[in-house]
Amino acid sequence: MLGQRIARHGLTILATALVGGLLAATLVRFAPGFDTDEAQLDPHLNSASIQALRETRTEQNNIVRFYFHSLQRAFKGDLGTSISLGQPVSTLLRDRTPLTLRLVGMGLLLSWAATLAMALSAAWLRVSAYDALSTAISGTLLCIPAAVLALLSVLWNVPGALAIALIVFPRDYRYARNLLAKAYSQPHIITARAKGLSELRILFWHVVPVIAPQLLALGGVSVSLAIGAAIPVEALCGLAGVGQLAWQAALARDLPLLINITIMVTLVTLLANSSADVIGHVLRGQEV
Amino acid sequence: MNVWRRVACAVLLLVAGLSLAANVLAPAGYAKQYREAADSGPSSAHWLGTDEIGRDRFARVLYGTRISLLLAPAAALLSTLMAALIGGLAGYLGGAWARGAMAVTDLFLSLPWLFLLITVRALMPLNVSPVVSVLVTFLMLGLLGWTSAARVLCASAGSFRDSDFVRQARASGVRGLRLFWIHVMPNLKPVLYAQFWISIPAFILSEANLGILGLGVVEPMPSWGSLLKELEGLVSVGSEPWKFVPLILLAVVVTSFQIVMSKQEEVAA
Amino acid sequence: MKAPGVKVAEMISVSRRALLLALVCLGILGSVAAAQGELRFCLRSEPKTFDPLKVEDEASVTVRYLTGGVLVRMNRQTQALEPELAQSWKVSKDGKQITFKLRSGISFSDGTPFSAEDVAYTVQQLMDPALHSPTGDTFRSGPGNVETKIISPTQISITFPASVAGLDRQFDQVAIVSAHSGKKEMAVLGPFMVADYKPGATLLLKRNPNYWKTDAQGRKLPYLESITLDIQPNRDVEMLRFKRGEIDLINSLDSEYFDKLAATSPQLVHDAGASLDSEQMWFNEVAKAPLPQYKKNWFRSANFRRAISEAINRGDLARVVFRGHAQPAVGPISPANKFWFNEKLKPAAYSPDAALKALQAEGFRMENGELKDREGNAVVFSIITNSGNKARERMATMIQEDLQKIGVHVNVVTLDFPSLIERVTQSFDYEAILLGLTNVGLDPNEQMNVWLSSSENHQWNPQEKTPETTWEAEIDRLMQAQASSADAKKRKESFDRVQEIAVEQAPFIYLVNRNALSAVSQRVQGASPVILVPQTYWNVERLSVK
Repeated sequence: MLGQRIARHGLTILATALVGGLLAATLVRFAPGFDTDEAQLDPHLNSASIQALRETRTEQNNIVRFYFHSLQRAFKGDLGTSISLGQPVSTLLRDRTPLTLRLVGMGLLLSWAATLAMALSAAWLRVSAYDALSTAISGTLLCIPAAVLALLSVLWNVPGALAIALIVFPRDYRYARNLLAKAYSQPHIITARAKGLSELRILFWHVVPVIAPQLLALGGVSVSLAIGAAIPVEALCGLAGVGQLAWQAALARDLPLLINITIMVTLVTLLANSSADVIGHVLRGQEV
Repeated sequence: MNVWRRVACAVLLLVAGLSLAANVLAPAGYAKQYREAADSGPSSAHWLGTDEIGRDRFARVLYGTRISLLLAPAAALLSTLMAALIGGLAGYLGGAWARGAMAVTDLFLSLPWLFLLITVRALMPLNVSPVVSVLVTFLMLGLLGWTSAARVLCASAGSFRDSDFVRQARASGVRGLRLFWIHVMPNLKPVLYAQFWISIPAFILSEANLGILGLGVVEPMPSWGSLLKELEGLVSVGSEPWKFVPLILLAVVVTSFQIVMSKQEEVAA
Repeated sequence: MKAPGVKVAEMISVSRRALLLALVCLGILGSVAAAQGELRFCLRSEPKTFDPLKVEDEASVTVRYLTGGVLVRMNRQTQALEPELAQSWKVSKDGKQITFKLRSGISFSDGTPFSAEDVAYTVQQLMDPALHSPTGDTFRSGPGNVETKIISPTQISITFPASVAGLDRQFDQVAIVSAHSGKKEMAVLGPFMVADYKPGATLLLKRNPNYWKTDAQGRKLPYLESITLDIQPNRDVEMLRFKRGEIDLINSLDSEYFDKLAATSPQLVHDAGASLDSEQMWFNEVAKAPLPQYKKNWFRSANFRRAISEAINRGDLARVVFRGHAQPAVGPISPANKFWFNEKLKPAAYSPDAALKALQAEGFRMENGELKDREGNAVVFSIITNSGNKARERMATMIQEDLQKIGVHVNVVTLDFPSLIERVTQSFDYEAILLGLTNVGLDPNEQMNVWLSSSENHQWNPQEKTPETTWEAEIDRLMQAQASSADAKKRKESFDRVQEIAVEQAPFIYLVNRNALSAVSQRVQGASPVILVPQTYWNVERLSVK
């Protein structure tokens, strides 16, 4: 039974990722500027060369056919060749994914450490000045453009993961703080405190089980936020990760690269969120 | 009303008042270029200095406040409502509904919406009025910005679905949408307020970033987002602290919003 | 008191430690010395190819310059053509044939000997129509095949089907590839060779051990041991790294950073004067463009275009946007191009009154501060430009204010580059555009595809089946004349007239010629920034670092 459910989840994830790839390909294909190349404006090129440049993307005109051919090749291990970089997509992704995983992973860890520390402190202390201060800090961070945070990390020579943490933290913090505030205001918590239970016991026995599904969902969502934050951070900090690659691919309308990156990101997002869902269901004692 | 909330209310009223009085406080307007005094520091003529082509920064902050303060919360409200409907309902209904809605939400989170926005720009005429450009931009942000909160709301609503008070209401004969709206939705307010509050600065910044696609406010109209983009020249801005005023103002306004709204959050909790 | 044996043992132990310390210090010094032979700067994008024959982007051009061996090299400082792999050369009177006498005893970086065969191979590859190389296309002056005749291992003649203007100078861009080496394009004849490449991060070039050149004292060139190129598209980060001493030069510096750096470290910045680059705008004159007919009528009127040109304050653009590090442009050729610039031409005077009068003579009239045409249509149009280029965005906004003074309402729209290219080259769905010409060469023949009315890059009205105006027909004739002549004086006469027509008819409204601004750290010895690309490292083989 459990095996069947896992297989069902897995198939759903795979099917969704493949649909995501097709939708991404369609969005890219029909966006303006698809079959253009900066080189077309080079005055050295003659008409025949410019025409040849345009024809490099003829294969991609029928997007559905192109997508299915790409999938066929992918099942044989060939993810295609990047138009803008002239290198195999598989090589590009293989070389860059570890850096992005490390960056995003570290950023999420730092963000969640800060989120939980500050949100729990706000819930425990129940001091309006502390709440106002933490609101001001997270509010200020929300107002700083991601590019500026990335530049600050370059300026101060701190790891890019810290910039990602500072981008993701204020979003996570606000949700977490509100969820904790609501949980701590429940009558059974007041009763528990009145009966003299320690804060740690209250937290682990009476608060966490109640809000765990929401926090897990937030955790899953923060993975997507962190992946999105990786784009400006990698681009500005000169980190050769998937985020930097995604931005270059978007500017160049590099379809083979964009399809594969979208499928990869969709898979990661789905895995993160599905795991959060499954654990949440288990904690609630519901069927997965 | 506690002291913090009073201060926050006063700040918001002051900012709103100043922006409405922009015509009086900065009669030359936001577009006039004082080219002889381009990129200058604060002076009696230009309290916050001028930008790179000589436009008075104080005037641009005042006029930009109108656009950002009006439209960003509106877009935030739209995204919050969509998150509530999609995420909240999906969690409440559970089962295949929740799975399907969350799969769609995850897709939304992963797709490169940049290309949809590029297409939207291409469909708009080049000579679109500034009002339409800004409205379309914030509408798109509102329509695309609901996904993060939808997931959390789905999880929240799911946890309330089988709670005692909902069972009690069901046993009393309350069903369907009425049950969702009256008994489940109010318990989602903490997440909804968080979503609303986070979305405001996020949309203000996103509007500026969409300028690279030809969306957002059009020149010479200012917005907080376009003013904040000046900070990306960080290397030189460090020695020009007056350029941080829009950031400080935005942070103060967003924090004030939150402090004022925290009363609603307490009531919701 | 210690026993003598113990003392000796201690002395030996101390000596060993001293020796070890000395060795460590030498090792450190050695590595510092090696590191000191390294030049470091940034590429603004990923190089798309290391094949010198397929180069089209700026980053790949940089790599080609640093690694490629050429037959002749234009000295970027004196602008004179100098022998490189070719000791001497001769161009035939009809401009169709060039004969090179090559140096002997030269090898590629992998040891493969260099000979006329390699030159023949390179030219044949370059001229392969299937390659579609911008470098190859500059030689393609007429239909037919190129013939290469190997006279001896050190002599080769190359015959083109039609005359090629400035034939010898074109070979400055042709890096010779080996016909025999197994390493293909990675075997090079230039001062450096690609040693390591981390996509998205860095490109390491090491000195070519087989480089043939020596200095006047007989020392082998290049002086540098290596060059590290970091891939960094963001100019703010580039500037930050330069200030921190992490990179040694910025080849093309923005004017606002120039001033900020000059305020604290004036010895580090260089303003070499007006470059060959220009910023210009043009109107869409394509007949099938999806624009209302009345707008097409405006844009196709030379009087309208000239009036708009007169209403733009170029002095302010140069002073405000480029902080004085630019000059009002005159026409298609920058005054820095001393031979080809038509000295009779002067920058358009800024005169909104004259502009308004000219428009009124065309039937336009002012109504409540708004300019309207004969039919009562308000003069409103959009200017598109590429987003991310702050200078162009600011220029467009200043032009918007300038034209507001004569009642013309301009909408400034910044677009991502692919969308912009699509509008300009395919859908023609635009009204006016502000762009620039960069990395421009000296010879006007390089702009042939801009001026020929049948060309794809005849930007205001591409691919005309026949010239739609008499002045475009005249430009076609003049450009063909200068391309087919080997006489520099005759070519200049023809192109001078092209410049005059361009200014009269204003298909392009030339705005400014930017100055060549650069920054070089004090570590670098021998740098002498110039206006021609590459401004700071044009003499890379003679650069060294302290």
